[in-house]
Amino acid sequence: MLAYTLKRLFAGVITVWFIATATFIAMHQVPGDPLMNDKAVSAEIRANLEAKYGLDKPVTEQYFIFLGNMLSGDFGISFTQQNRRVNDIIRDHFPISAILGLLAIFFAATGGVLWGALTAIYRNRLPDIVIMFLVILGISVPSFVFAALGQLFLVNLNSLFGQSIIPVAGWGTIWHMLMPSMVLGLGTMALLTRLMRSSMLEVVNEDYIKTARAKGLSPTRIFFRHQLRNAILPVITVLGPQIAAITTGGFVVELVFAIPGLGRYFVQAVQQLDYTVIMGTTVFYGAFLVLMVIIVDILYGFIDPRVRLS
Amino acid sequence: MAIHASDAVDFESQTLTIALTQEPPQLNSTKATDQVSGTLLGHLMQGLVRYDRRGKVIPGVAERWEMDEKTATFWLREDAKWSDGKPVTAHDFVFAWQRVVDPKTASEYAFILAPILNAAEINEGKLPVSQLGAVALDDRTLQVNLARPTAYFVKLAVFITFYPIRQDFFESRGDQYAAEAKDLLYNGPFKLTEWTHSASLKMVKNEHYWDSENISLNAINVDYITADTRARLNLYTDGKIAFTRLDGETYKDALSQRFRIRRFTTGSTFFLEYNHRPGKPTDNRNLRKAIQSVFDPDEMVNRVLATPGNLRGESLFPVWINGVNDKFRKEYPAPQAGYNIKEAKRYLELAVKELGSIPPLVLLVSDSPTATKQGEYIQGVLLNKLGIELKIDVQTFKQRLAKMTSGEFDIVGAGWGPDFDDILTFGDLFASWNMNNRGRYNNPEYDRLVRLTMNSTDPKTRMDAMGKAQQILFDDAVILPQYEQGVIYLLNPKIKGVARRVIGPDPDFTYARIVP
Repeated sequence: MLAYTLKRLFAGVITVWFIATATFIAMHQVPGDPLMNDKAVSAEIRANLEAKYGLDKPVTEQYFIFLGNMLSGDFGISFTQQNRRVNDIIRDHFPISAILGLLAIFFAATGGVLWGALTAIYRNRLPDIVIMFLVILGISVPSFVFAALGQLFLVNLNSLFGQSIIPVAGWGTIWHMLMPSMVLGLGTMALLTRLMRSSMLEVVNEDYIKTARAKGLSPTRIFFRHQLRNAILPVITVLGPQIAAITTGGFVVELVFAIPGLGRYFVQAVQQLDYTVIMGTTVFYGAFLVLMVIIVDILYGFIDPRVRLS
Repeated sequence: MAIHASDAVDFESQTLTIALTQEPPQLNSTKATDQVSGTLLGHLMQGLVRYDRRGKVIPGVAERWEMDEKTATFWLREDAKWSDGKPVTAHDFVFAWQRVVDPKTASEYAFILAPILNAAEINEGKLPVSQLGAVALDDRTLQVNLARPTAYFVKLAVFITFYPIRQDFFESRGDQYAAEAKDLLYNGPFKLTEWTHSASLKMVKNEHYWDSENISLNAINVDYITADTRARLNLYTDGKIAFTRLDGETYKDALSQRFRIRRFTTGSTFFLEYNHRPGKPTDNRNLRKAIQSVFDPDEMVNRVLATPGNLRGESLFPVWINGVNDKFRKEYPAPQAGYNIKEAKRYLELAVKELGSIPPLVLLVSDSPTATKQGEYIQGVLLNKLGIELKIDVQTFKQRLAKMTSGEFDIVGAGWGPDFDDILTFGDLFASWNMNNRGRYNNPEYDRLVRLTMNSTDPKTRMDAMGKAQQILFDDAVILPQYEQGVIYLLNPKIKGVARRVIGPDPDFTYARIVP
């Protein structure tokens, strides 16, 4: 088990290095640079700026400087917010995205397992049809539509009661987190529902279920001990990357609900070509994704003994 | 994390709650370039002079001043203080301005100090910072030596780049200056007490401000930061914020909610800028003149933009710019092409003769929905009236700038907002040395007129020169004016005294008060 983990971690480091390099190259290929602005500056001021931020050096030299800094954990200072270090930006804002993401995953996972199991149990009957229709909506409707609808719902709810019951935007209390995390988790919930459904339907036809019934076990026991536990494996596989996707994909939700998460910095850095923030957030998210996948793989080993042995 | 559940306005506590469109990127006044930072700084700090509610320059930290061709002298008031109680002195201005021109600061707005003696040379690294022509004769007297006679210098001095900074405080903070609320000193009507990045800010009345008795508001809370217009409208509807700007989409929603929609003309002009580089089809004057005569200026404003507040585009110079005694556009009316299809076809024939054929032209636009809509409108007009094919090249912010700089366009949808309250802020845009002249228009006569305006102090001479410049812009069809920008917004009816400005902090809540 230990050798397995170490091997995966080493492969993970190589992956992160590759992500960093590919991003660096792509970033420098895109036309424009962090110093360009609506109001152009004179050649002298431009030269001053380039010298100050090291952009006058050849790109390969910049790459090695970046690598060196990255290894010592320093991602530099943001170009757009010159008083903030990239490390501080990540440290201040990632926890918020993480909380939002975890809450969203919680909704998605519990919802996905529940609805998925329901559709399997009531296969081809009304609950199945209704839920699967909602699932299609959940997968195809973009998050900004749900976010706008969700916020509008809250506005109308508040005006119905004549006072602000649930905040329509902002961050700070559990009430602020409810709608954004539900909106954020919707797509994943739909995905997990489908996954759970097909997984359950497969399991239900397996031999060991027939054996369990023949043994005379109660339906509840069969459901929880045998069906659920086996059907949930694909959901867990997908959970790792989904956690990473949700935590990094919060841009729209953060924008609409005015949440100070890292997602906004991630996307706006690309629009602003803020080199340091792009590299910092991409490497951070890359490492986070790789870590999540490794953790899930290890977890797998505990849930499914067959994996460990191979 | 501070949780403010404040309402939009509170009469008892005289507190206001608003939202910002983005996290302020830079509260160091020597380096700030954007509107959000500028508006915040305008509430937190104050320069030698400031604007009154009508946009006239009135005393700020300076109580009086005198100007001639070579110097401008400012006498500072006795009771101007920093938020730690110490007085604001002439040394604070000298120090700040030296920081601005210091090449190590790499300030993008260093150019605005150009009228000060040696400013340009220092910024180019040719002279030490100590040579800047701004001297503190004593604690309360600031003498500015000018590089050239600058009639509008006092108006320039309103700009945030001219704000004071105290040396001992600045140096004690090192490169953390302006990073957090505690890393700034405030000499304006408000001070920043809390700043949670990307989330919220809190500004409270600065008790050390020299005019604090005339400030009614006790606090301005920024409880939300989001660029999403609809989210801000929702917050406004929910009674959480007191002010929000609307766009084309949210305008309809606000109308249906029966909110009172206010409008304001921002003072920026938007125009089509041609690529005048040799070899480009748009370098051909006849082609540009042809295009000039097929547009109905009212269509853009009424049908394409279709939100209140926009004015038709007639000139590079907007309606609010002052001339000699009255508005510039009243004294020097903008020449109009009007819709004249015969003229247009005549010019087009000449252009085809000279160019051979008109290739498809590329119109570079930004990726905002309004820009694309405008692009499609222009595309339709050119195709229908002149048979000219126009390709629309949609680019995001930086990529668009890169193409503008390298000249990869035939026409670009451009705009310009004023930096200071003088005609030169628009007039010098198409001087051949101006880096913002992205089309590289090069006309020695135009350059001469700009230089004349820069160096003369006689209002009539200057305005006559700019009047001629306006004529050249028309005769040569250097640009095609599209519109003067208007914005629509909502403001809580319980707030009075909010100033909207073309230049300076906008909106300005300094003298606002909340009524019951």
